[in-house]
Amino acid sequence: MEEIVIHLSSMLKEVTGYIYPNEIELHWGLLIVIYPYITGLVAGAFILASLVKIFNVKELQPTYRISMLTALAFLFVAPLPLLAHLGHPEKSYEIFLTPNSSSAMAMFGFVYAWYLMAVLLLEIWFDYRKDLIIWASKEKGIRKWIYKIISLFSKDVSESALNFDKKSIKAVTLIGIPSAFLLHGYVGFIFGSIKANPWWSSVLMPIVFLFSAIVSGIALVLLIYMVITPLRKKEIDMKCLDKLASYLFYVMIVDFSLEILDFIHRSYEAEESIKIIAELVSGKLFVSLIVIQLLIGMIIPLGSIAAVKFFKLPAELRKSIYFVSAILVQVGIFTTRWNVVVGGQLFSKSFRGLTAYKMTFFGLEGLLTSVALLLLPILILYFLFKILPPWDEARSS
Amino acid sequence: MKEIKTNIENNIQRRKFIKNILFSATALLFPKFIGAASVGKIKDWVLFGDYNAKDHLWGMGIDINKCIGCGRCVNACKVENNVPKVPYFFRTWVERYRIIKGKETVVDSPNGAIDGFKPQPESDGNVIRSFFVPKLCNQCDNPPCVQVCPVGATFRTDDGVVLVDKEYCIGCRYCIQGCPYGARYLDPDTQTAEKCTFCYHRIVQGLSPACVEACPTQARIFGEVKKKTSPLMRFMRKHAIGVLKPSLNTEPKVFYANMDMEVR
Repeated sequence: MEEIVIHLSSMLKEVTGYIYPNEIELHWGLLIVIYPYITGLVAGAFILASLVKIFNVKELQPTYRISMLTALAFLFVAPLPLLAHLGHPEKSYEIFLTPNSSSAMAMFGFVYAWYLMAVLLLEIWFDYRKDLIIWASKEKGIRKWIYKIISLFSKDVSESALNFDKKSIKAVTLIGIPSAFLLHGYVGFIFGSIKANPWWSSVLMPIVFLFSAIVSGIALVLLIYMVITPLRKKEIDMKCLDKLASYLFYVMIVDFSLEILDFIHRSYEAEESIKIIAELVSGKLFVSLIVIQLLIGMIIPLGSIAAVKFFKLPAELRKSIYFVSAILVQVGIFTTRWNVVVGGQLFSKSFRGLTAYKMTFFGLEGLLTSVALLLLPILILYFLFKILPPWDEARSS
Repeated sequence: MKEIKTNIENNIQRRKFIKNILFSATALLFPKFIGAASVGKIKDWVLFGDYNAKDHLWGMGIDINKCIGCGRCVNACKVENNVPKVPYFFRTWVERYRIIKGKETVVDSPNGAIDGFKPQPESDGNVIRSFFVPKLCNQCDNPPCVQVCPVGATFRTDDGVVLVDKEYCIGCRYCIQGCPYGARYLDPDTQTAEKCTFCYHRIVQGLSPACVEACPTQARIFGEVKKKTSPLMRFMRKHAIGVLKPSLNTEPKVFYANMDMEVR
């Protein structure tokens, strides 16, 4: 109680104009910024993987398993920021037991479980099944048993069984694409359906979330591929990299157009809230929205990749440009989430004033927890790579 | 058979009616007998023993012209409902509007106006209008907070009041985001959502909410929304009525008379 009072009294000085007295406490902080960021990476990485299976983009084969495992690693962490943010995490099971059918948030558990169980785990299992059986026969000791358990003790590597695997993967991916759309579109809906908040309330929100998710997912897999391949002392497959960058480029154009559309629509309609939103965008959100999200996170990488395409640059230079662009894109998408979540709470619902957000360093809501939550999936991914090596040479022919 | 039944029911109602009349009459003669202190003990027996939520639909009328911005309602609310006494948590608060010629309207609510307002120097006589607006949960008939609660911890009762079940609330704060009126807060002690309940513990006993009781000018009128004889209905017949943010279709049951377009 005291802690929050001290925190809120220091916020009081940051308020400009008039805000409702209950609005001094900003309710959704850094943790809720991380949540859509992470689920976005999951959905994006998965959609990238499905390009290989459904649309037969052969060039992307080297990243197929990497993207699946990336999606899985991040999906494991996705509910943690939500859980950490709850006032009563010990009661969170109520969402499963007595969900309120009209609540977008209540659906999270089900969408999440569906995506984890019915899509990701199934697809990874079918894809690795044959390798798991072979690894289990080659390895010894505890590793042997790990593979046996993960393969659920299946032993059938006959032609027909392998064909069944292939068919199943296709089927799961077919279900998986709409599921990935559902997962992240739904996260957008959590915000987009709040009519009380004009910054959030937009029918475009789920779609913008989705495309920015694909952008961030592709950029992440590109980064992981570029970091991990030299670490393994292998050559980067430039065809694959170019293709990744191309897809990144096209999806970014769609994402950019949607964001511009949203911007034009808002300013053209100029509803009651336009004054305060204009004040917000030109003031407290200027750096994070205009400079970081738009310029650094969107226009510069878009321009750079366009330049690569146009001038046919040498491979080494292309690599560096892709690498830097992908990092900028990650920064950009993270700030996009920030601008939605925090930005939407910086103005009063009285449309008469602005408040502020002050991040703490320690504590559950603090910076430290958030950094840990962002590093955790990388750690999980490291172990997944150890147990289920996604490299082509690890595959049993 | 049916006739006998209705007869019996009528008799019971009549008996209750007569009993109530008797007690009311006694109160006139012996005011102390049914004074505020003793109401607690005999209330079940006399006037509101069989409170049935389905028989009621509660609402509040607020006459902006009558509010003097003393903040007694804010204080009464905090005391009655154990609202933290710090200036960041309110179930009700009062806003002061000053509409100034050629300038933006100035709104303030220092500490929710719990100690009233300090007079402001007139900006060269340019204040066109100035008035106070008490705010509280609008007890919407179409409440967005209830819609978004993931576990159904917040709900609308049969008598039209929106309540929060502390035992159920998981503290996700989605309802706070969903409320267009800023009427909700997260209780720092319980870590659950809190809001105005129309003093539900009082109204089921036939009392009015603490803010209504404390208001020295009767700017707040509490009562039934659908019963012709209720003081609220009379208030609504006598005034042109507005609600806050009607475009959001939340269907508030807090009705404002003499409301300026600047109020939101």
